[in-house]
Amino acid sequence: MEKGKSSEWEPKIIAFLCNWCSYAGADLAGVSRYQYPPSIRIVRVPCSGRVSANMILDALRSGADGVLVSGCHPGDCHYISGNLYARRRFAVLERFLEFIGIEPGRINFSWVSASEGEQFAQIAREVTERVRKLGPAKRLVKEITSCPA
Amino acid sequence: MSSLNQKITQEIQSIAASMLESGQVAAFLGYTTGTIPGVMQPFVARNAQDAKRLCWNSFCVLNLANYLPSLLKSLEPPRRRGEPPPEGPLPKVGVLATGCWSRNIAVQIQENQVERQRVVIVGISSRGMISRRKLETAVGYKEIVHIEEQDNSLLVKGNDFEDTINRWDVVRDNCQTCIHPDPVIYDELIGTLNGNRKIPDRFRQVEKIETLSTDERWQWFNNEIASCIRCYACRNACPLCYCPTCFVDDSRPQWVGKSIEPADTALFHILRAYHCAGRCTDCGSCESVCPMGIRMRLFTKKLQKDVLELYDFEPGLDLDTPLPLSTYKIDDPEDFILTHIKKGDKK
Repeated sequence: MEKGKSSEWEPKIIAFLCNWCSYAGADLAGVSRYQYPPSIRIVRVPCSGRVSANMILDALRSGADGVLVSGCHPGDCHYISGNLYARRRFAVLERFLEFIGIEPGRINFSWVSASEGEQFAQIAREVTERVRKLGPAKRLVKEITSCPA
Repeated sequence: MSSLNQKITQEIQSIAASMLESGQVAAFLGYTTGTIPGVMQPFVARNAQDAKRLCWNSFCVLNLANYLPSLLKSLEPPRRRGEPPPEGPLPKVGVLATGCWSRNIAVQIQENQVERQRVVIVGISSRGMISRRKLETAVGYKEIVHIEEQDNSLLVKGNDFEDTINRWDVVRDNCQTCIHPDPVIYDELIGTLNGNRKIPDRFRQVEKIETLSTDERWQWFNNEIASCIRCYACRNACPLCYCPTCFVDDSRPQWVGKSIEPADTALFHILRAYHCAGRCTDCGSCESVCPMGIRMRLFTKKLQKDVLELYDFEPGLDLDTPLPLSTYKIDDPEDFILTHIKKGDKK
């Protein structure tokens, strides 16, 4: 794949959605036929608290142009407080990645509840636009080249 | 040896000897002289005879808290996995602790790696440790054969030169900006406490980098880590890194490749620093042991600054406040979170 060369480049965004709210929200967006860009690849996780920095950086290393992590609204977590721990971790991670020179906007966080299908579509559009403006991710991507035979 | 260090060394030796003799502790963790000038060696004294080898000067750059969890474990009687510990008190360890070391011990206690009743902390107020790299630069990279430490200066001798260097000029960056040189928790105290220092611009190195643009910061970050040979000395010297399997050694999933590919090296440094968020006390061990002179302390310093700004927390200052990333508040700052426009709000 020749990244960024094609004029029809579409960003690839990995979305870590929590099982109880955001994943159901994305499902509702689909069921209710709200349009949102196909650039989002969803990974279902039990809770936004399950998402570690390792997973976010692994997505970037594997060639994702952006990452979205979404969980339940504060206070609505199925596990009471998973998203609140996650919020602290993401706040620190987001600032740190910006500090070392990862463009702000590659990593996005949001809260989407199971009833917010329309809002999910809106977030998906917004994130896609943000990442599209930044262009293909080059930093942290590990280019795997095949061995010469 | 300066009179100050002489006095501290004598006190350490007598305290350690009496503790070991009385059986209060089974081992005493301190420093002894190394084989080359300006490099001290961490040392475990196990009897009163050993205690005579303990020594103190301004070259004790490694954080002794790093050895504490494994040393404590080694003193427990062997037992199978899942088997409860034997009844009765387990052997204790005496340990020297300056400001940052004692704060790291406090973090280890909070994280259940060290039991408070099993350590006897001998506190020393730190005067700042010397950066070998700065010292080598100061003498023009000539080979140092002998170092004599005075109270405020260093007499450095080589084969063809002799130099007197102001001590504070070659003290490590983290010690120069340290605000807690006094031990935070201790059972015995050597010397006197010097009180907290006030340094209004202790984050100046980080603030300078923050003013750069995103591209410049990325350039800076890559330049900084470019020489990394992935020896993991920074991880091994860190008292926070006690995981049985480190993320760099995981193979399923493999978070970080084994190569020295720039992306892998960057990932290693990002994650290593990030794992220290809210726990790092800026002891500077990582930087002191780096064979390539990478200033990875700047990464952890940035995290320290953020945690202080966001959650008003500095690690290791007391045993009761939970570590910032293991707790939460319902009204934590969340300005970084994308919000969608609610239907009612739009007017």
